[in-house]
Amino acid sequence: MSKLIKLKKGFDIKLAGRADKQLANFQPAQTFAIKPTDFIGMQRPKVLVNEGDTVKAGTPILFDKKLDKVQYVSPVSGEVVEIKRGERRRLLEIKIKADQTFEFEQFTKYNDSDLKALKREDVVNHMAMSGVWPQIIQRPFGVVADPADEPKAIFISGFDTHPLAPDYGFLLKGQEKYFQAGINVLKKLTPGVVHLNLEEGAEVPAVYNNVQNVQVNKFSGPHPAGNVGVQIHHINPINKGDIAWTVNPYGVAQIGKLFLDGVYDASKIVAISGSHITKPAYAKTYLGACVDKFLAGNTKEGKYRVVSGNVLTGQRINNDGYLGYYDNQITVLPEGDEYEFLGWMKPTSARLSYHRALGLFSFLKPNQEFVLDTNMRGEERAFVQTGVFENVTPMDIYPVYLLKAIMAEDYDEMEELGIYELVEEDLALCEFVDVSKHPVQEILRKGIELIQYS
Amino acid sequence: MKFLRDLLDKQKPLFQKGGKLENLYYLYEAGETFMFTPKHTTNPRGAQIRDAIDLKRMMITVVIAMIPCLLFGMYNTGNMHYLAVGETADFADKFLLGAILVLPIVLVSYAAGGIVEAIFAVVRKHPINEGFLVTGMLIPLVVPATIPLWQVALATIFAVVIAKEVFGGTGMNILNVAMTARAFLYFAYPMQISGDQVWTYVGEKGVVDGFSGATALAVAYQAGQEGEAVTSALATHNAGFMDNMFSFANMFFGFIPGSIGETSALMALIGAAILILTGVASWKIIVSAFGGAWLMGLVMELFAVNEYMAMPAHYHLVMGGLAFGIVFMATDPVSASQTETGKWIYGLLIGVLTVIIRVTNPAYPEGIMLAVLFMNVFAPLIDHYVVKANKKRRLQRATV
Repeated sequence: MSKLIKLKKGFDIKLAGRADKQLANFQPAQTFAIKPTDFIGMQRPKVLVNEGDTVKAGTPILFDKKLDKVQYVSPVSGEVVEIKRGERRRLLEIKIKADQTFEFEQFTKYNDSDLKALKREDVVNHMAMSGVWPQIIQRPFGVVADPADEPKAIFISGFDTHPLAPDYGFLLKGQEKYFQAGINVLKKLTPGVVHLNLEEGAEVPAVYNNVQNVQVNKFSGPHPAGNVGVQIHHINPINKGDIAWTVNPYGVAQIGKLFLDGVYDASKIVAISGSHITKPAYAKTYLGACVDKFLAGNTKEGKYRVVSGNVLTGQRINNDGYLGYYDNQITVLPEGDEYEFLGWMKPTSARLSYHRALGLFSFLKPNQEFVLDTNMRGEERAFVQTGVFENVTPMDIYPVYLLKAIMAEDYDEMEELGIYELVEEDLALCEFVDVSKHPVQEILRKGIELIQYS
Repeated sequence: MKFLRDLLDKQKPLFQKGGKLENLYYLYEAGETFMFTPKHTTNPRGAQIRDAIDLKRMMITVVIAMIPCLLFGMYNTGNMHYLAVGETADFADKFLLGAILVLPIVLVSYAAGGIVEAIFAVVRKHPINEGFLVTGMLIPLVVPATIPLWQVALATIFAVVIAKEVFGGTGMNILNVAMTARAFLYFAYPMQISGDQVWTYVGEKGVVDGFSGATALAVAYQAGQEGEAVTSALATHNAGFMDNMFSFANMFFGFIPGSIGETSALMALIGAAILILTGVASWKIIVSAFGGAWLMGLVMELFAVNEYMAMPAHYHLVMGGLAFGIVFMATDPVSASQTETGKWIYGLLIGVLTVIIRVTNPAYPEGIMLAVLFMNVFAPLIDHYVVKANKKRRLQRATV
């Protein structure tokens, strides 16, 4: 029943600064942080530790009072050095200074045959208390899944088409055993199918070879073909009342490790990429790492911006900020806070544009890689140009109509136009190409929240 | 450019909140952003980079696409003048005379509309819309060269206020602004924008005896009434002055009387090429509108009860303002249909309606103006059904 889906709509943003497929030797990060702001939909975070406490890798440090079964645990062992709060005591970061050698909380180990015999309830409890549960994201809304729900299917996108995206084959090298175990665990959570979606025409990374218990689907086409939301739309779309879950391949392996080895292992490989990095490469570290060590002596001259994640959906962080929970890359870009004389009128071929009004001759250099800064390149205006959003969204959806429905807070219209099928990343390209410079992702999240809490 | 930047930065506090000229902030902003792309950076969350395009670039592309029409219009204005007064002149003379007549109209249109835009920007506290770059150029191109300047100003003001600003500015309007200006002139001052006398500038010299300034559409309609074959009526029109004035080729190239920018189908097609290549205008609308006009022409031919209906269908495509209207007016993204399926229907109906109005309605020799305005009003309805089909697909899926 595996499917082959060829997508035509979309746009590959070709940026300079892709990470070389090798591990660079960075100084190990000193501090790590859990940021409640990474978990969209977390409403009332409650901290379980105090400054000065020592924790092991896997010790619970946080939970959401609205979803109290799910524990958020420390990625490393060490000492809680700071609990940072912002305005109105909003919890921002819980920082942990890491030990030289890690101590791990010990969880129950299972071998393959134990796993088969496990009941769904035990699986859920085991995952929820040990820190791997937040890897499971619920659609609609794109929030951490509720353990009480039973999803109609689980979707894993096995590749990432975002600009400068890391190569999952490299991230998960040698994790075949854990990945398979993770799949077996996930299979217990749904009465439906576990879908693994791979890139058509590309070499299948070793980690996905011979995976059992899943339906493998293939997708081809430009970004956002690798977005799980787009894939769900073409395999088994989400309707009102449906619940599906999605997991990142890193999360699958982490779940597998928990069951096979009995530890919460937050080690991960991240891509240090972007045009402002001297030597873009991969780094081995842990979830929530402080990024300062990756940048030290590794950035070019001039003002820059550090982004946790990719340039389309990422989050700006400080130069000593922390890697986001779900991110497998950091991207460093030149900051574009400069005026440009007649910048809108200049004929140029050095600018990246989806629109041919600027990039008319871009077909002459199809593989040119661009250096883009963070300038807005214009001011916000009302919607004028039409048909462009539809051309970069390979889904049967009218993004402009949906955005207008959200602005008008028209609940029925939002539902009918398919808001259940979208999260921010699915419309990130629309935000990029928008002539009128709307904050498309922010508007979409506002709409999702209206629907979610109505 | 440092000097300019410093100058702007020095004046900025005056216009910012708390400054003396706080109310005029958006005027300052318009000037500033015209000269310098602003230094705003992207939000902390979401897309960290943005496409290099902006609305200014998009609009200036449309203006560039209109330049061939404008230049040819200037030349043709002079050309028609010397033909009508029975003098010979070289290219430079013709072009110069045309420029002297046309440029003031362009200036008045930009000035009148610009002032209205500025007043609204200040009063309503919104940025000045780039959309007027296009409107201000479109209006001069769809009026005759002989039009009184005060009428241009009045029509521009009327159109910007009634067709655009009352709805909230560019992006919110229902009707094409330039077409509204022309419709206003057509109904308010028909003497200056219809008939046989207005299309050719004569000046003080007086027309040579026997010269008729009628447009091809008027000649064709007349022939239809009198039962004369349209092609031969067109061919023999003004026979004493110019051989075969309304030949297909002449009408295609545009050496005929008419509004300033609309006579040449060729120039409109060059504009269309620019707009389609740059992706600014929808090729679907352009193709389907031309197709619709041609198909309707064929249908007319098939069921012809008079000579006008029997005119070869392809003549419709080069007569009057059809080509210009389709390329520059029908494709206005704000007032056109906004869904891709809708664009096919919208364009097709514009073409069909234009020919129907031309052939069957004696009051309006040119149909494109009313066809575009009419379809502007219906575009949201077309989109409504296209989007409804999308919603229906989603609903049906849910029950499976």
